[in-house]
Amino acid sequence: MTAPVLAIRDLAVEFKTDTGVTPALSGVSFDVPRGQVTAIVGESGSGKSVTANCVMRLVQPPGRITGGSIRFAPDAGDAFDVVKLADRDPRLYDLRGGHISMVFQEPMTALSPVHDIGGQVAEAILCHRDIGKEAARAEAAQMLERVGLDDMERRMGMYPFEFSGGMRQRVVIAMALVCHPEVLICDEPTTALDVTIQAEILTLIRSLQHELGNSVIFITHDLGVVAQIADHVVVMYQGRVLEIGTVRQVLKQPLHPYTRGLLQAIPGVVPPGERLATIASVVGDADIETPHPLVALADGRQVSLPPAQLRRVARS
Amino acid sequence: MLRASAPGLERKVPDMDKPTDRGGPPADDADGLSAGPVENAEPRRGIARLLRATLARGRLLCAAIARIRLPYAVRRMLGMIPTLAFISIIIFVVIQLPPGDIVTSTLDRLQASGVEVSEEQVQNLRAQYNLDKHPALQYLHWIGGFVVGDMGYSYMFARPVNELIWERLGYTLLITISAMLFTWAVAVPLGIYSAVRQYSITDYTLTAIALVGLATPPFLLALVFLYVGFEVFGIPIGGLFSPEYREAPWSMERLGDLLTHLWIPMVVVGLGSTAVTMRILRANLLDELKKPYVVTARAKGVRPARLVLKYPFRIAINPFISTLGLQLPALVSGEAIVSIVLNLPTTGKMLLDALLAQDMYLAGSVVMLLAILILLGLLLSDLMLAWIDPRIRYE
Repeated sequence: MTAPVLAIRDLAVEFKTDTGVTPALSGVSFDVPRGQVTAIVGESGSGKSVTANCVMRLVQPPGRITGGSIRFAPDAGDAFDVVKLADRDPRLYDLRGGHISMVFQEPMTALSPVHDIGGQVAEAILCHRDIGKEAARAEAAQMLERVGLDDMERRMGMYPFEFSGGMRQRVVIAMALVCHPEVLICDEPTTALDVTIQAEILTLIRSLQHELGNSVIFITHDLGVVAQIADHVVVMYQGRVLEIGTVRQVLKQPLHPYTRGLLQAIPGVVPPGERLATIASVVGDADIETPHPLVALADGRQVSLPPAQLRRVARS
Repeated sequence: MLRASAPGLERKVPDMDKPTDRGGPPADDADGLSAGPVENAEPRRGIARLLRATLARGRLLCAAIARIRLPYAVRRMLGMIPTLAFISIIIFVVIQLPPGDIVTSTLDRLQASGVEVSEEQVQNLRAQYNLDKHPALQYLHWIGGFVVGDMGYSYMFARPVNELIWERLGYTLLITISAMLFTWAVAVPLGIYSAVRQYSITDYTLTAIALVGLATPPFLLALVFLYVGFEVFGIPIGGLFSPEYREAPWSMERLGDLLTHLWIPMVVVGLGSTAVTMRILRANLLDELKKPYVVTARAKGVRPARLVLKYPFRIAINPFISTLGLQLPALVSGEAIVSIVLNLPTTGKMLLDALLAQDMYLAGSVVMLLAILILLGLLLSDLMLAWIDPRIRYE
């Protein structure tokens, strides 16, 4: 087993607002294994996107990383801590778009409305490699064909408003993959798309991952999507990690009451006509608000539970 | 609306005069809509019919023009013709609106200096200035000349309007355009800085200065410059030239002298719009900086300076380009007031005097030229906008 491509330890982020300091992440730790798909699941505001933004150092004021480390181990070269990079460190700009890149939630707004598709994709190449504009555009065209666009002669010069949502998301994916990054972060890439397009995009991300062998961090609140795409799952709640394990472990035998709650809340789990379970009804009186340390279990999974429950889980 | 009705109005005036001119039925004007002879006994109905016919023909003409696939710019220029015709009528009417005319204002002046003028002399004056003619004829005389490049004769200055206008208009444009360049050169970098470093001390300082700049009337600022220039530096800064170059022929020295004088009106005229432009650019940019496509570009690894200029700035600048043509009138009228205070040889002061003296040819021609400039400015900003923003189509 090779070393994980990303090792996040005790990551903490705060947002300073007029009413005080709100912690967005506290003590977030998990690994992203090389060449596999790690899903981060959780409800809105659980800190999934903030975690992803930290990896690329995209957290903007009033948000601030207040502690922890993100150790990035590139395929070639020395590992370094992303959190400690200075704002003007060239390694930071190599990292963004070069080693790690991101697919955003909203394909409608993630592309500049006044620049053509070809130029926007080619720019990612020009930021990282010393090649000519024409060569970059040619490579961009190849990558766009790979994500399923055709008629590139014409399409390269077209603008985002001339594309449908699904096509735009393909463009965003091409833009993210064009420099062959080691880690691709997908921040709810299918949330803004309709169901059939969702399936296409998921298949695309998965097949490109197989072809290119990159690691993927896939952020979603949809456990159905997790089952389709992920190898590993990280469950987050209120800026903390509750449970980590393989997709089979977490979805088949969730250890944390919150994870069980999430699974019960999927439409289709209860017979049609009945009310869906709410998190509160499944969690019951189990306390999920108090933070507990993540403890590694014998089967390689990690869970954050009160000591009493932890003992019970460990025995079984 | 305006476009559809303007050609009709343009043609209404000549046609309306025809029956009275010739006193006979306008047989050759009759088409499908105004068939049948028009009797002298009912000129009213004849005029109404003619009007309807001309309007209908105007509409047909417009439709025909619209069908021709001309380059966008050419179509826009053609569209300007009816607009300008409409504007010229308004200008003529507005200038005629106040009671009296150039003759009465001349008489007032003469009588004030104790000269008695007989009724016969008054009639002669009126005849000389064409003032005894029908207003529509006066209009035609003016606009007909204007179209072929002869703007008539200024009674006030007793010189052809063409001679009077060109040099002054040159100075007006010089001041206005340099004020505009000044505005952009100062407002754009400061606006970007203030947005990128929002709530920094520099941002607050620039905001404070901008608000003062906005609240200061240009003529007051001009007076302050005059006072400070004279009291502190001992130099009279009115005018565009030092006295020794005022009447001198053009030379490098005269040009240099002009440039040393130009910066004051440039700053005075441009300061207000600089403050506005800076604040609006800051606000637009702050909106854009939060947009997802900026984050996308950052995530691509684009460096900060390039990031701001290539993405949010490109979009934040759109409203300015689309109002470039509209800035012109504000600057021109600002220039008029400042020119009076600073005693600059521009069109502003001359226009005011011409209006007071009801010197129709001079005043009308100046306003007409400014209207043309503004329409051209609007056309230019539309073309530029369509050029930089792919979302805008010509159709």
